[in-house]
Amino acid sequence: MEYFLSEQQREIKSLARRIAEERILPVRAELDENEEFPWAITKDMADSDMFRVFIPEEYEGLGGGCLELCLVMEELSRVCSGVALGYAATALGSYSLVEYGTEEQKKKYLPLIASGEKLTAFALTESTAGSDATNIKTTAVPEDGNYIINGTKQFITNGGDAELYTVVALTNPEKGIRGASTFLVEKDTPGFSFGKKEKKMGVRASSTRELVFRNCSVPRENMIGREGMGFPIVMRLLDRSRPGVGAQSVGIAQGALEAAVDYARERVQFEHPIIALQAVQQMLADMAIGVEAARLLVYGVARTIDSGAKSYTEESAMAKVFASDMAMRVTTDAVQVMGGAGYMRDYPVEKMMRDAKITQIYEGSNQTLRTAIAFELRKRKGRRE
Amino acid sequence: MNIAVCLKQVPGTTKVEIDPQTNTLVRQGIENIVNPFDTYALEEGVRLRERYGGKVTAISMGPPQAEAILRDALATGADEAVLLSDAAFAGADTWATAYTLSRAVDKLGPCDIVICGRQTIDGDTGQVGPELAEILGFTFVSYVSQVEEIDGEHMRLKRLMGERYEILEALLPAVITVVKEINTPRLPSLRGMAKAKSATIPVWGAEELEVDGNKIGLTGSATRVIKVFFPQRTQRAEILEGELPGQVDYLIDRLREANLI
Repeated sequence: MEYFLSEQQREIKSLARRIAEERILPVRAELDENEEFPWAITKDMADSDMFRVFIPEEYEGLGGGCLELCLVMEELSRVCSGVALGYAATALGSYSLVEYGTEEQKKKYLPLIASGEKLTAFALTESTAGSDATNIKTTAVPEDGNYIINGTKQFITNGGDAELYTVVALTNPEKGIRGASTFLVEKDTPGFSFGKKEKKMGVRASSTRELVFRNCSVPRENMIGREGMGFPIVMRLLDRSRPGVGAQSVGIAQGALEAAVDYARERVQFEHPIIALQAVQQMLADMAIGVEAARLLVYGVARTIDSGAKSYTEESAMAKVFASDMAMRVTTDAVQVMGGAGYMRDYPVEKMMRDAKITQIYEGSNQTLRTAIAFELRKRKGRRE
Repeated sequence: MNIAVCLKQVPGTTKVEIDPQTNTLVRQGIENIVNPFDTYALEEGVRLRERYGGKVTAISMGPPQAEAILRDALATGADEAVLLSDAAFAGADTWATAYTLSRAVDKLGPCDIVICGRQTIDGDTGQVGPELAEILGFTFVSYVSQVEEIDGEHMRLKRLMGERYEILEALLPAVITVVKEINTPRLPSLRGMAKAKSATIPVWGAEELEVDGNKIGLTGSATRVIKVFFPQRTQRAEILEGELPGQVDYLIDRLREANLI
């Protein structure tokens, strides 16, 4: 398939593949088993400039867009989507600054993110606010030029391991959806601590923790964007980052497809490799079709975003929903093709199946996103130019 | 600190064949790679620069297409690169190669350390490093597994010797050859790749290097390859039995026979 990638995009993709195959593959089972944060790999990715990909050139990045990020996500996820998630969370945590930060904020923080010196995280979810993100309870009350943050964020990727946090808190609870603002909080700020590390079903090489704010004082200049713009900002950022989850899904599914095909070519039953069985062939073909279709949708939406489109909620939701449902199906079928072996931890597909599940859940559950797509359909009466 | 790293382009490891007629490597259609041992040399050069400052220059002697490994070296941390390429260099044995490389090291200006891989995977001689040191008049240490410290005129090194290691102090300037235990070579960086793509890599021939024409290429090579073959490894052990004094007498006779005592 011709994906019409530029020379630089090909280079990014092939270097990400080298990192995945040379540095991640040898340790992925161990990272999954021990739920370790992959610091050594993070260092390798930083040395190879992977964290520069999504930072503008003025701030020591490479100025890549959504597509470049997707290419890295896909290649990392093909080998280990847990490692890829830590990378993606840093991209999401830095988008707020890239898109809405002041010149001072960008100059201060973006070069540190670009070099890989500081990882970032994005903190919206709370125990009362999952799909209903507007139901957050964390508050940020102005006091002597600072904001005092109180509340607890839940299920935060890179929580505890990141140095910089984009945190959404209510600055004016009476105003409801217009009463939230976004802040950049540094890890060592007094009053900011972390809860226990969550034990997860999949993506176990990534870390997930609670963020706890107890009278945490943040200077006013750490507010990102205008006061009251918290929700519009995060909705926009999530629209932008969802194709990354799509790319993660494509990568997971690609890895599972490859493992299943390799196995089916080798495994002999009834005197033939099982890939000669029509039942298996039909499954593998459907898996391949799904991966390819999702990849094209993800690349297409990423290019739409990079072209400067004004609104892309619907498209980005489609890329995420389609690719993640595909990844769940393809990884499940990969385990099925590989039978008992696929169910065992000696083979990689059971991990891929566990990893795939989260892609249907986070950054907007697929049900919530279908609702958003339907909302747009209703507005535009289903018409397309 | 000025550091030169010698790199060689070699055929990819898994596909090497020997032409039975000419006893030379079949190079047609073979993917070329950088000699794997040399990647550790380059990495060590870059790490020393990161520790002590200075400049790393990658040098390779070979056909024009060897430029590819020098671009990779630039993408992986080398500051500069130079290709030694001339039809007159063709057919060089290790001595003629070392001589040609020595001219390049001279031409680069003052040099503190030259780093080579312990050997190549095609020629496998491990001779170019020591010969280069000899010609340059530099200190030579082989099989280096750690550069512990460099202070002005000396460097403290650890070298791997089979089942032991040695800690040595060596006077600079020096040529060292390194083993793979010394480091884990980094991957290229995207910025490095961009820099490497646009970099100009000078090509130095016989004229630029002002070499003695009798010391280069086939003319300058004392070695002639008569035959290349896969060695048959034979290990013979003899177990002695009987009374101890008899065994000792027998052993002494056998060792005398073999001219070992």
